[in-house]
Amino acid sequence: MRPRFELLEPALIDRVVDEALSLLASPGVKVEEPEAIRLLVGAGASADGARVSIPEPMVRRALDTVPHAFDLYDRSGRPSVRYGSGAVHFDPGSSGVSVLDPETLETRASMADDLARITRVADTLPAYDAVSTAVVCHDVPTEIGDLYRLFVCLANSDKPIVTGAFTPRGSGAMLDLLALDAGGRAALADRPRAVFDVCPSPPLTWSEFACRNIMDLGRAGVPAEMVSMPLAGVAAPVTLIGSIVQHAAECLAGIVLHQQAAPGAPIVWGGAPAIVDMRTGATPMGAIETAMIDGGYAAVGHSLGLPTHAYMGATDSKVIDAQAGLEAGLTAVVGALAGVDLISGPGMLDFLLAQSPEKLVIDAEAIGMAQRLLRGIATPTATLATESFEAAGAEGRFLELPETRRLFRSEQFLPSRIIDRSSRRAWLDAGGLDAFGRARLRVEELMATHPLPVVDAAVAASMVACVREVGAPFGLGDALPGVPEGFGRS
Amino acid sequence: MSEELFAQMRQAVIDGDSAASAALAEQALADNVPPLDAIEKGFVPGLTLVGEQFGAGDLFLPDMMLAARAMQKAIAILEPEMKRQSTQRHVVGRVVLGTVKGDIHEIGKNLVGMMLATSGFEVHDLGVDVAPERFVSAAHEHNADIVGVSALLTTTMAGQRTVVEQIEAAGLRPKCRVVVGGAPASSTWASEIGADGYSEDAIGAVALIRGLVGA
Repeated sequence: MRPRFELLEPALIDRVVDEALSLLASPGVKVEEPEAIRLLVGAGASADGARVSIPEPMVRRALDTVPHAFDLYDRSGRPSVRYGSGAVHFDPGSSGVSVLDPETLETRASMADDLARITRVADTLPAYDAVSTAVVCHDVPTEIGDLYRLFVCLANSDKPIVTGAFTPRGSGAMLDLLALDAGGRAALADRPRAVFDVCPSPPLTWSEFACRNIMDLGRAGVPAEMVSMPLAGVAAPVTLIGSIVQHAAECLAGIVLHQQAAPGAPIVWGGAPAIVDMRTGATPMGAIETAMIDGGYAAVGHSLGLPTHAYMGATDSKVIDAQAGLEAGLTAVVGALAGVDLISGPGMLDFLLAQSPEKLVIDAEAIGMAQRLLRGIATPTATLATESFEAAGAEGRFLELPETRRLFRSEQFLPSRIIDRSSRRAWLDAGGLDAFGRARLRVEELMATHPLPVVDAAVAASMVACVREVGAPFGLGDALPGVPEGFGRS
Repeated sequence: MSEELFAQMRQAVIDGDSAASAALAEQALADNVPPLDAIEKGFVPGLTLVGEQFGAGDLFLPDMMLAARAMQKAIAILEPEMKRQSTQRHVVGRVVLGTVKGDIHEIGKNLVGMMLATSGFEVHDLGVDVAPERFVSAAHEHNADIVGVSALLTTTMAGQRTVVEQIEAAGLRPKCRVVVGGAPASSTWASEIGADGYSEDAIGAVALIRGLVGA
């Protein structure tokens, strides 16, 4: 039996949806894009300037056409992230602006090589079902930053990619690049490799860019993932439940617009909400209340039959310490129990500003444990214990039983050496390292053994040409940082 | 008589009670208490106390916000009479604030604005998605000592450089300093674009700006 975890009673979920629907009717949503307003008004909404009032029947119609499940595929065509299947998946948190230097414990601006390293670590660890455009590449022209990050991920991993565009122009070129990788636009729509994050602005606003983006993605048949971020007490009601209502209203508005532009296109009920620390104004991603808002809105999404996403498994600590471990681990477990389809956030420190491959390998262990918890306590034997006692005899020779050998691998999650279970003497002999020290070694090991993806030479060359063509006017040079030597180049 | 009124004013601000602070401001006018005294001996000490306790971690942002509101409400009532009497509050410095063009994030900027206002600065908040020319014209109009430019996105932070350049080009420097803030900014970035300072949080921003204006 899968462990159950109920943050909101069904009656409370109904109240959340009712209040979200009434917010959409009045005061409505601020929509800052003319075509989006026209589309909504044409379908029955009323607009007073940018303030759009969406009646409930429009929302219900959109919920009728939105898919309840869809998959992201890896390069070999295998469905790896199965939204709506009940499985919980994890990927590294996105869009950090710096990385933690494991030598100095300082952060520095992230570069394309850092993204390549994070991507290869996530590619090789089974805990991660997808990679992500985890950091901004400061050594690449800003104008093509979004396209280039995607390119680095495609060149360093076979896994699905969680990404996002910075500008409307960016999303067009990114779709071109993905189509080259997939073998055409139709193949891409058929077996999407990437999901694009799209962010409404709290409270209750869809910006010009977010509207443009969500409509374009829908029409291209590429999955969109809404990242709604109520900030409780500052850009949302202070109560957790009030923030959950705001999340629902922002996402329902997004679904209406998206389904109006492209009925049946895939979209995810996601977010990155947070409480606000009332001493500093910071938005802690490692707070338990932040995780409770995530779990709460995921329950609302499930009740509507929608695929879900959340930002969990991150920490606000600046280094990889006890706070980092406990915040990332606790929130990953809450997210897993809440049944969130895709959880972004591992690897992240410092309010999602910094990424760290070392944290990523530690978080992989927390994910392994969370996934084990989800599998629950199984009953793989005919009797629960009686037959085992009969077989083990009076001396209790359980270790010698065939069933022990057969079952221990499914009964136990087998951690890597990140989790220390050696004797004190053996631990000292191995250098007496703490988890961070062990993580540094593990990152080096993984980097040394990670096989680079094998991409057809012509396809790789076409991807290189695409990025060069878009990048040249903005000063992208001959060097392609973060892209393996030989990828698409002779 | 006035002492008791001042104590009530101080308490109204500490309690964040705008209705009470407004009523006390009206009462000061009715009793012919000089409005400048009402502000500086009544309301300001309350706000100073709240600010100190906030700095010490004993009070929180909502306490600060409501205290500032209560104070603003009282000042709005007292201002016309101050003007009539040609008296003026002592202003530590004049600050123009805004979020750069293309960026609509304002939480951090609003916190900075509130904390500066409660520290005795005259704050002119231009809002979000502010074009560089508007920073320049507002700095001119308000005779600003400081222009504060916020950006949350790596894609919009380049706009901070443009503001620095245009303030420079308009000949407002060195009297007018430009400071930057926001998640992607850093002190390295601030010196790269020729800004006069950077802070990573609102409390640091107040200290930075006080230092720049020599307060």
